[in-house]
Amino acid sequence: MTVASRRQSLPKLADPSAPLLVVEDLKTHFSLGAETVHAVDGISFTLNHGEALGIAGESGCGKTTTALSLIRLLPSNASIVDGSVRLYGIDLVTKSANALRRYRWREVSIVFQGAMNALNPVHRLRDQIVEPLTERLGMSEKEARKRAGELLELVGIPKKRGGAYPHELSGGMRQRAMIAMALACDPAIVIGDEPTTALDVMIQAQILALLEDLRHKLGLSLILITHDLSVIAETCDRVLIMYAGRVAEEGTVDEVFRRPRHPYTQKLLAAFPNIRADRRTLDVIPGSPPDLRHPPPGCRFAPRCPFAMEVCTEVVPPEVTFGQVRVACHLYPPGSDGVQVTTAPPNAIGATVPLVEPPPAEPPLEVAGG
Amino acid sequence: MSANPMPNGDATPSADPALRADPAPGTDPAPGGDPAPSGDEILRLEGLEVHFPVRGGLLDAILKRPRGVVRAVDGIDLTLRRGEVLGLVGESGSGKTTTGRVVVKLTRQTAGRMSLDGKDVSDLWGSRALRDYRRRVQLIFQDPYETLNPKHTIREFVMEPLLVNGIGTPAERESRVVDALEAAGLRPARDFAGRYPHELSGGQRQRVVIAGALVMGPQVIVADEPVSMLDVSIRTELLRLMLDLRAERDLTYLFITHDLSLAWVIADRIAVMYLGKIMEIGPAEQVIRAPHNPYTQALVSVSPTPEPPTMGERAKRTILVGETPDAANVPVGCRFNPRCPYVFDRCRVEEPPLFDVGGGQSAACWLAEGGRELPVLPPRPGTVPA
Repeated sequence: MTVASRRQSLPKLADPSAPLLVVEDLKTHFSLGAETVHAVDGISFTLNHGEALGIAGESGCGKTTTALSLIRLLPSNASIVDGSVRLYGIDLVTKSANALRRYRWREVSIVFQGAMNALNPVHRLRDQIVEPLTERLGMSEKEARKRAGELLELVGIPKKRGGAYPHELSGGMRQRAMIAMALACDPAIVIGDEPTTALDVMIQAQILALLEDLRHKLGLSLILITHDLSVIAETCDRVLIMYAGRVAEEGTVDEVFRRPRHPYTQKLLAAFPNIRADRRTLDVIPGSPPDLRHPPPGCRFAPRCPFAMEVCTEVVPPEVTFGQVRVACHLYPPGSDGVQVTTAPPNAIGATVPLVEPPPAEPPLEVAGG
Repeated sequence: MSANPMPNGDATPSADPALRADPAPGTDPAPGGDPAPSGDEILRLEGLEVHFPVRGGLLDAILKRPRGVVRAVDGIDLTLRRGEVLGLVGESGSGKTTTGRVVVKLTRQTAGRMSLDGKDVSDLWGSRALRDYRRRVQLIFQDPYETLNPKHTIREFVMEPLLVNGIGTPAERESRVVDALEAAGLRPARDFAGRYPHELSGGQRQRVVIAGALVMGPQVIVADEPVSMLDVSIRTELLRLMLDLRAERDLTYLFITHDLSLAWVIADRIAVMYLGKIMEIGPAEQVIRAPHNPYTQALVSVSPTPEPPTMGERAKRTILVGETPDAANVPVGCRFNPRCPYVFDRCRVEEPPLFDVGGGQSAACWLAEGGRELPVLPPRPGTVPA
């Protein structure tokens, strides 16, 4: 679990005493015609050596944009307008596009969701792994091929399958190959953008077990971007819940998942189908996320929040830290005890309602409760 | 059927499928007291098989090698009871989608019978009767982005089946479209009817797809991964809509999904498929809480939940090694045997039928013979690489 286990040296300007990655007040906006989409609007977090951080939220909350901003793999109409991304204390936001190339793959690599789209269909697997090794690390062809074989074995693909083309592999195998590629240059941070989303549960379990295993073997630091809270519960140490471009809540997985403080976190968890919970007690989050061209003033979740107070619609809630957790909600103002508030006001829209009433003695044609 | 040895001591598969897929009423002490299946069942599949020929190469033809078959669905018996939600769960390659396609008659079965309301519909093809059948059995697809034609308005999409089937006068058609849109929660319907798909959110699009199924006034809806593309917060509303519609319109659902947790939330009964066969079927509560088939047990153990697992829970997981085999090379004996943690000699030679394990639950596993419980596995030693 140490950086020392990595094969390559740190960048010249690195400050060895600095945390691995510190993101401060990151703002990434998209221009859409004459309008601006505030996709990521002031995100801060820290990733320590060997840690796994999950970033969760629904479609359009800015989680992927946050990840892509770290190494600026953004579409052309997006730009980082404010904030900093410090890797070993080196600010990547101010680096030129060319200087940043030094950091992609070698320091930070990404595993994308659709492995079929991310792999080149006309190249053999091994060649795709060899390429970054010769290009980025300047390895000889022979060395690189040997290393590629090792990497394939590491992720559970038999070495002899290296000659296969992507279409000859199953979805799970392709995802393993993507992970091998991401590990090729022995990066400090691997970002997984929905790495298991399109996979079957059993294959997902295999891939998550593999990631867990690699993390411990290689001392990797992970950032996992997903809408799937269960994947984060499974693999991460800490979780950052995003809503409409901002942090709603951040903290250790244990604390946030077992004692969610932010009403959005509570709702999100309650809306997630859970095989260990009672049947048909899924929660609904009424309404939909705000239009990020014109985000509401105050708390962005206020229009959908069962606890919303007047202040919520006017003042942006500050991020307040309580022990292991940071939460941005007026229910937990600075100086408060930070004890979890859970009971929704009785008349609140979106108070927890079971999906249907528990089945009476005479199933199955009962009227649903809602 | 000859390709598929079914060791079923007392009856041929097609003679009495009720004994396996669906225990007979007399032996069923389930609470809720279901009436006799004859009055209760709406759709029945018996010994259903879908085998696709494998296209061989030129060399295969020259050498006169036998052509292989992909056994996508390999002999299943399934009864859909009126008013229930039956969750059909399986991983890719399990045959769940093919089964759904047979039910809506988009794919022709290669063997087996099916009946709707007691009437044999196995051989309805290209006839007027098929039109009537499709009116009563509708399909909802997974992806509302692909199902909807971007150049058609919502009205055009929902009205299309009425036009194709020549139903009603223009005024009647319009009123049925409005009714279907409102039933699907798109109110006021007239506001939505003139819009195009890109003007709607993902959840609204899926509602349009549901309206398109409702407009025909179906009795059975086959829903293939209807909410898989949607965010969790939108999912719940759609699941609730589906349950509301079931009550309002006497619908019966075959809910196809890869996600056991989703089936747990919505289904009354769950059937678990693996490589073309039903491995276990029964009331949702029993299948999930007390699985009698090792495959179901493994699926339940790895089904993700939003609760951080404890070390004890992690140790109890059964992460199966490898992947579902190719349906062109179905293992001999129990088709799950190469991956089964409990495998013993008999499993490698003889395929188990579905054994009744009580309470309306049946499992295809030699360990379940006589209603026995599965043994408890020792804790998993670390993670299992493939």
